[in-house]
Amino acid sequence: MSIDQNTAAKVAKLARIKVEDDALPALASEFNNILGFIEQLNEVDVEGVEPMTSVTPQRLKRRVDEVTDGSQQDKVLANAPDAREGFFAVPKVVE
Amino acid sequence: MTDLNKLGLAEARDALRKGDITSVELTQACLIAIDGAEALNAYVHKTPEIALDRAKAADARLNAGDAPAMCGLPIGIKDLFCTKGVDSQAASNILKGFKPAYESTVTQNLSDAGAVMLGKLNMDEFAMGSSNESSAYGAAVNPWKREGDDTPLTPGGSSGGSAAAVAADLCLAATGTDTGGSIRQPAAFTGTVGIKPTYGRCSRWGVVSYASSLDQAGPMTKSVRDAAIMLEAMAGHDAKDSTSADLAVPNFEALLTGDIRGKKIGIPREYRVDGMPDSVERLWNEGAEMLKTAGAEIVDISLPHTKYALPAYYVIAPAEASSNLARYDGVRYGQRSALEAGDGITEMYEKSRAAGFGPEVQRRIMVGTYVLSAGFYDAYYNRARKVRTLIKKDFEDAFASGIDVILAPATPSAAFGLGEKASADPVEMYLMDIFTVTLNLAGLPGVALPVGTNSQGLPMGLQMIGKPWQEGDLLNAAYALEQSVGFVAKPQKWW
Repeated sequence: MSIDQNTAAKVAKLARIKVEDDALPALASEFNNILGFIEQLNEVDVEGVEPMTSVTPQRLKRRVDEVTDGSQQDKVLANAPDAREGFFAVPKVVE
Repeated sequence: MTDLNKLGLAEARDALRKGDITSVELTQACLIAIDGAEALNAYVHKTPEIALDRAKAADARLNAGDAPAMCGLPIGIKDLFCTKGVDSQAASNILKGFKPAYESTVTQNLSDAGAVMLGKLNMDEFAMGSSNESSAYGAAVNPWKREGDDTPLTPGGSSGGSAAAVAADLCLAATGTDTGGSIRQPAAFTGTVGIKPTYGRCSRWGVVSYASSLDQAGPMTKSVRDAAIMLEAMAGHDAKDSTSADLAVPNFEALLTGDIRGKKIGIPREYRVDGMPDSVERLWNEGAEMLKTAGAEIVDISLPHTKYALPAYYVIAPAEASSNLARYDGVRYGQRSALEAGDGITEMYEKSRAAGFGPEVQRRIMVGTYVLSAGFYDAYYNRARKVRTLIKKDFEDAFASGIDVILAPATPSAAFGLGEKASADPVEMYLMDIFTVTLNLAGLPGVALPVGTNSQGLPMGLQMIGKPWQEGDLLNAAYALEQSVGFVAKPQKWW
């Protein structure tokens, strides 16, 4: 599997990270190095092996479905780069 | 008493309880040492006011005879832990200025145990790295240097600031986190002790996530006894982390008898990798000999899928990271880039994330995005999870055959120079974690401790691996080795 510049650009877009066009060849080459390393996994016989979902055998705990937290609008907004009138502010999303 | 900052947790605890010293004196000694160690770049946010307030409160409790386990003991906190009202930015520019409104469970547990926070410690950005060089604050520097050579060395990573601070006596102990070796590798590079507990032993709540199925917090200390004391204070079930184990936390310190007679110590042949320096091989043999002399039985074992641990890790960890780090969107916290006229929300995400994340973090997010993308999910991610099952089974088979503890190298070399691997292929840096990463995939506890020095005078560590939830037995085996080794070397002060 070899990654070309178009694939690198697509991955950057999916990851929502801006990569300038002139940086794409280097990025694609790094991906290829890393994926080349990962390709070793193809040597392993995984026939009939279950993919791991939890490293320690445990059943996730259940809890009562009730409100335990809330009414902390100030704290929630305290670290926002742009908060106005009790909301997070972002560029216009809907035309 | 002079040089109080040089004490370990156990010694300081005993001196505090006897009334020989006060927590304020102890804390001030650390604060002075911290201010004199800017060259190490270990502390990135200092909290002297909080430290002295807590030290005074601790002294009051000590006087009242109401001292919990770590009462009055000054420690450093890795920048990955959220600490209420104190900068917590995971060494990333994207979280610059972030002051959490809450406290992580582990740091709350330590605070409840009376510990005194001195400040936040340097690390690789989002714990992604093995040299501390990916930090937005610049790299922390190892207090150790090669004999007759002034090259600044890495303290390892990602918990490099924690390791440097403990080794240079800028605290009595520190918290670390370990996703692929980030406690054990820096401990080995700095002549300190670090334990990654069983997955689920410490709550991950309030610890900035890297790869949630691998991340675990643990202590970094000056001795095995100190690690036992601090791990007990950090650990415990937490309703806010559904993967934290609802198991009683033993009194680990009480389990340190040093008696390992009859214990079976496994030596995994697959850890004897090509190109391993003689010094590592020699150290490993010496460690095994010492355990044998202490009455343990040394058994050769096989962990056949070891070779595939690193490639599996570099699928699973980036995949989880790409999901976890999606939250840094420039909306709820952290940095938002300046936008141009006409830029919409997608441009806001893309520009903020490009400016806020460093190159290694971007690389891992994008690799993770790729291996999870349509058409590759089975080929990469599911295959890696299947290999992970096999890696865990290797260990289960070894333990089922009667092995109590496994002895292995901690790192393939001693600390290397800052910048020495900077231009290299990222994979070369990934190989630093070759001996440590298997345990994270298998969820097992592992401890690194100093066992000797190499020909250049740098500390070298070995790693011991235990059964799930048997940190007590593991620490006891490490204690027995520590007693046999008698490692006392300290870095010469140059900073």
